[in-house]
Amino acid sequence: MAYDATFHKSKRKLEDEGPPFEYTAENRARFDEIVKRYPPDRRRSAVLPALYLAQHQQGYITANAIRHVAQCLGITRADVEDVVSFYTMFYTKPVGKFVLQVCRTLSCALNGAERVTEELQEKLGIKPGETDATGTFTLIEVECLGACDRAPVVMVNDAWQECQAPEDAGKLIEQLRSRGEAALTGCHHIVEHK
Amino acid sequence: MDPILTKYVREPNSFTLDFYLAHEGYDALKMALAKKPDEIIEMVKASGLRGRGGAGFPTGMKWQFVDKKIEPRYIACNADESEPGTFKDHLLMERNPHLLIEGCLIGCYAIGAKTAYIYIRGEFFHVQRVLEQAIAEAYAKGFAGKNILGSGFDCDVYVHRGAGAYEAGEETALLESLEGKRAQPRNKPPFPAVVGLYGKPTAVNNVETLCNVPLVVKNGAEWFTKLGPEKNGGPKLYCVSGQVKRPGVYEASMNITLRELIEGYAGGVRDGRTLKAVIPGGSSVPILMPDQLDTQASFDAIQKAGSLLGSAAIIVLDDTTCMVWLAENLLHFYRHESCGKCTPCREGTDWLHKIVRRIERGEGQMNDLDMLSSISANIAGKTLCAFGDAAVTPIVTTLKHFRHEYEAHIREGKCTLPASWRARNTHVHAGAH
Repeated sequence: MAYDATFHKSKRKLEDEGPPFEYTAENRARFDEIVKRYPPDRRRSAVLPALYLAQHQQGYITANAIRHVAQCLGITRADVEDVVSFYTMFYTKPVGKFVLQVCRTLSCALNGAERVTEELQEKLGIKPGETDATGTFTLIEVECLGACDRAPVVMVNDAWQECQAPEDAGKLIEQLRSRGEAALTGCHHIVEHK
Repeated sequence: MDPILTKYVREPNSFTLDFYLAHEGYDALKMALAKKPDEIIEMVKASGLRGRGGAGFPTGMKWQFVDKKIEPRYIACNADESEPGTFKDHLLMERNPHLLIEGCLIGCYAIGAKTAYIYIRGEFFHVQRVLEQAIAEAYAKGFAGKNILGSGFDCDVYVHRGAGAYEAGEETALLESLEGKRAQPRNKPPFPAVVGLYGKPTAVNNVETLCNVPLVVKNGAEWFTKLGPEKNGGPKLYCVSGQVKRPGVYEASMNITLRELIEGYAGGVRDGRTLKAVIPGGSSVPILMPDQLDTQASFDAIQKAGSLLGSAAIIVLDDTTCMVWLAENLLHFYRHESCGKCTPCREGTDWLHKIVRRIERGEGQMNDLDMLSSISANIAGKTLCAFGDAAVTPIVTTLKHFRHEYEAHIREGKCTLPASWRARNTHVHAGAH
């Protein structure tokens, strides 16, 4: 892979127009609720939640989704694409059912995060940034997730797997296949689950 | 000091309104609403409460600077906790969300704002659910919304979740992001207190800072100042992580020393290992050496020792850690997170990362070391926000204390301290997005 960070944010291009996109009635209602949090002449503020709704509905952000979000907010498509290409949590191509996001920053790395990524790579046969052939797993390395006391941490979709030992990477994958996100440790602060 | 902010965080249902009300919750709001807004600002000023996000700026002063002639005004709570090594605000929001809501409401009352936005980082999905549930409970019982507790004071509190950008933690970048744009910083001055969210006066305060406000109102400024050394009052949350036995969030007064936090609370380094260095305030601050462990963990003492308390994120490094590897790890972070607005930072972090990476792989040359210093000097102080200064710190500080490790890498043509916990294939993280 070419390694060139110059204008690195703009490398993540929209790969497809996608099918026609419109919020479902339910998502449209949620959008209308969210927009009320901001002054009436500042609807643009809702662009991140509006994009989250689109991503939740379709799995990733397409050019058609951007067009719809822009229309709903009364801003240009360029305004929306500007945001999509800046923030790392919007996907511009399809991802697997489980997106494994391994924290690679210092406290996790000091506790074996690099080995976690290596083990996951080996078990899944994919490199960071790739999705496996069955569309089940996407592997990504991410920067500090803010759970440094439970290193190494892996975020799977929107849930946390804490203290992930490299040697148990295979077990994590098996467990996710059989039990889904219920297999994850979750956040240790939530004592009610224990 | 017994925990105050985190006293109940391990108890079941500590995040509910019922629990909070059973433990003097919202008493401070009632007391505040009985006072004049200016009195609250004076009280916070007298307490000497300093911002817990990193800079340690006095909160009362910040509130005083908010231009009271312009309407509307806002509070933007910075809950974008993203500084590597920091995980304290997450605990407060997850387990004690009503304390933050109460702090936001009192802050709004003090500066005459009617809206507070809590900007949480994109990865805090669960925190969003907890906070929104808590806010709904607060509205239902009349603690937020219209005519709060019959006082005539109206105030809305909303959660706004980011989408993965370290730079959103910089106060003006946070406001840009809240306005629906890229999280890129603005030129300062004007400061947010004068021209902030939507161009209106705005106080941007960290979560832990706002959580301290109800304590000041309830117990008085004097009580707060007496909890720590001069100008470093109040309870403080410390995040200890890295190569220690018991990493975690620990609450103490700023009288405590780094040694007590690392060796006492966190159990010290693992058996058979020795302490090599400590990063006392998140990845953006200079390293302290083992002989500085008796430094008091206060804003002023750490600064005097040559570093910064920052977000009180103490990252502990033992003797298995290669400092060139560490610099590479952190430069990868800064290179990835640079928002791209200022050229020295956007280009320079990439250059620094490339050079330090080749040294780590044994492909460096001795003149690379001067080049690292020269590039660092051309980034620091030459960018709109403090990111530039932060990004060069891992290079500058490791070169200062561990230049011999860089030289050994270059001389021997390989990493001289390849720990077993590191990747076996050195090219593993080239694929990070």
